[in-house]
Amino acid sequence: MKSRVRLMQGNEACVEGAIAAGMRFYAGYPITPSTEIAELSAEKLPLVGGRFMQMEDEIGGMAAIIGASLAGAKSMTATSGPGFSLKQENIGYATIAEVPCVIVNVQRGGPSTGMPTSPAQGEIMQARWGTHGDHPVIALTPSSVRETFDLTIKAFNMAEKYRTPVILLMDEVIGHMREKVQLPDPSELEIVERKRPDCSSEEYLPYKADYDLVPPMADFGTGYRYHVTGLVHDETGFPSNNAEVADKLIRRLSNKIEMHRDEIESWEEENTEDAEIIILSYGCVARASKSAMNILRSKGIKVGTFRPISIWPFPERRLRELSLRVKTIVVPEMNLGQLVLEVERICGCNTIIEKLNKVSCEIIYPEEIVRKIEEVL
Amino acid sequence: MPSELVENYFRTEKLPQIWCPGCGHGTITRSIVSAIDKSGLDKNKVCIVSGIGCSSRAPGYLDFNTLHTTHGRALAFATGIKMAKPDINVIVIMGDGDSTAIGGNHLIHACRRNIGITAIVYNNSIYGMTGGQYSPTTPKYDKGTTAPYGNIDKAFDICNLAASAGATYVGRATAYHANLLTSLVQNALNNDGFSLIEAISICPTYYGRKNKRGTAVNMMEWQKNNAVNISAAAKLSPEALEGKLLIGELKNSPEPEYTNEYQKIIDRLKKERQ
Ligand SMILES: Cc1ncc(C[n+]2csc(CCOP(=O)(O)OP(=O)(O)O)c2C)c(N)n1
Ligand code: SF4
Repeated sequence: MKSRVRLMQGNEACVEGAIAAGMRFYAGYPITPSTEIAELSAEKLPLVGGRFMQMEDEIGGMAAIIGASLAGAKSMTATSGPGFSLKQENIGYATIAEVPCVIVNVQRGGPSTGMPTSPAQGEIMQARWGTHGDHPVIALTPSSVRETFDLTIKAFNMAEKYRTPVILLMDEVIGHMREKVQLPDPSELEIVERKRPDCSSEEYLPYKADYDLVPPMADFGTGYRYHVTGLVHDETGFPSNNAEVADKLIRRLSNKIEMHRDEIESWEEENTEDAEIIILSYGCVARASKSAMNILRSKGIKVGTFRPISIWPFPERRLRELSLRVKTIVVPEMNLGQLVLEVERICGCNTIIEKLNKVSCEIIYPEEIVRKIEEVL
Repeated sequence: MPSELVENYFRTEKLPQIWCPGCGHGTITRSIVSAIDKSGLDKNKVCIVSGIGCSSRAPGYLDFNTLHTTHGRALAFATGIKMAKPDINVIVIMGDGDSTAIGGNHLIHACRRNIGITAIVYNNSIYGMTGGQYSPTTPKYDKGTTAPYGNIDKAFDICNLAASAGATYVGRATAYHANLLTSLVQNALNNDGFSLIEAISICPTYYGRKNKRGTAVNMMEWQKNNAVNISAAAKLSPEALEGKLLIGELKNSPEPEYTNEYQKIIDRLKKERQ
């Protein structure tokens, strides 16, 4: 058997993960620093009987993956800043019409064209609130190449399980970084398929949710002729102007994710048992935080790290617990302070929260975090 | 008693439709359904996709796999469906604003790829759903709520646009010429590649009222009196054709279809690895 140990880029690991998860359709528009995801999908998809399409723009890419998913194909698109903005309207469509799909955003410097080849973390809030209206979101952030592989699979699994778009929020560093990774054997992977109806087509109510708040989904072309719309709709899928129907739908969409928070939330923590200071970071910054923690520990300062992996929903309960026993939480981010707003909301009353922000489109170095912590000590 | 066509293909419990009395969108929808019926397509294998607008409400009344998407994006959603399941007959219904303003980019690229989709544009020369603003097909100097002094934009010829962008079957009919419309849609459904049918509709509520075109009946009469079939047009002088609307089959030149071309790549790669 071929050795599965390889040197690969984060963007490559994303494609490997997607195909392992069952991706059979990709549509998108090239943009740095996500382009390798499109290129590798173009190369690999036809080899597994899947299809790749370079669309005329990112809006089209987002629309096409929703169409393909409705026809039964696990689908993904990838982009960066400007393209992520263009996809927002149809991300909302996938949310209300409950169409599983994966959207990768490899963050670069913004706003606008910004710094196309440099890293940033400026889309934390856009990932949460980018599309209009009240809506739930699942967004996952990897901080290594191997984790990119794992989280891409997880993103597909969650999209299928909860019938919702899932965002994989990478950054340029993780996308382009090369690491030696050992990919798991496909047989070891847990792959989730969407719930399909087991009733007759006459009985099928496309938006009638089960106990888990997720309605079974029929593929177009399989005999269940139903209607899908981005308008507020009732269980039959047809539009409704009824206030109660609207209220029920918007609440169910939100509760569908809320109800499964325990399964969705994920994070990694290190040295938090005795920590007086916690560094909370994600993506490429979490790597610097780890080094900073080691440097400070060697100086006898009790530092731990907390890394949300699911940024949305944020691992709220665990952070609140930790905040009750630490003096300070330091939040380094490659933006002017986005996720820190969530941290402040969750535990601003329990502990001191310090920000460390960089918007020069450069990575945050361990020494900068060390300096910050020594300053606030 | 609803006709057999209505009985077999409409979601009768969803009727009556939201369209205004005299709107041309209803007869156009009926012509499309009649073409599907005559083509003998399996309802389970037909998917009707639309954007946003009065016209785009049509799929909700039709008993197929139906997808009402976002404004202008219907063709891009439809492209994904066709790519994932090439055996589905994908029909796209759009308004003139939907297809040539906000969705213009998707339109020309779907034409260029020659992907196996039948697109039908309900062209009423106005934005109906939002209350009568001018569209890319509002004739020059006509009025809309956002062109109170007359529209100075030049109008698109949707059929010429589609034909030159690469659509392999192109035709035009009006709401009045319902039988012609049915036969054009039938031919379009027969074409493997991308087809575009422009169905000239009427919007008595906004376009008609703003431009003093009289009642719906007057507007239909205009279509009857001013449309010239392409086969008859050849015999007419340029003067006689001035201000006339060319209808009929405007382009029919089949070329390899996109998803078939992609399948060839998949098959070739498979063979190479055997
Ligand atoms: C992104 C976006 N912009 C604007 C609108 C508002 N809008 C809805 S329908 C429409 C125009 C419809 O006109 P047309 O496509 O010609 O179809 P008709 O209603 O005339 O059949 C507009 C501008 C929207 N729904 N979405
Ligand atoms: S506004 Fe115009 S296009 Fe819309 S339903 Fe009424 S007549 Fe038809």
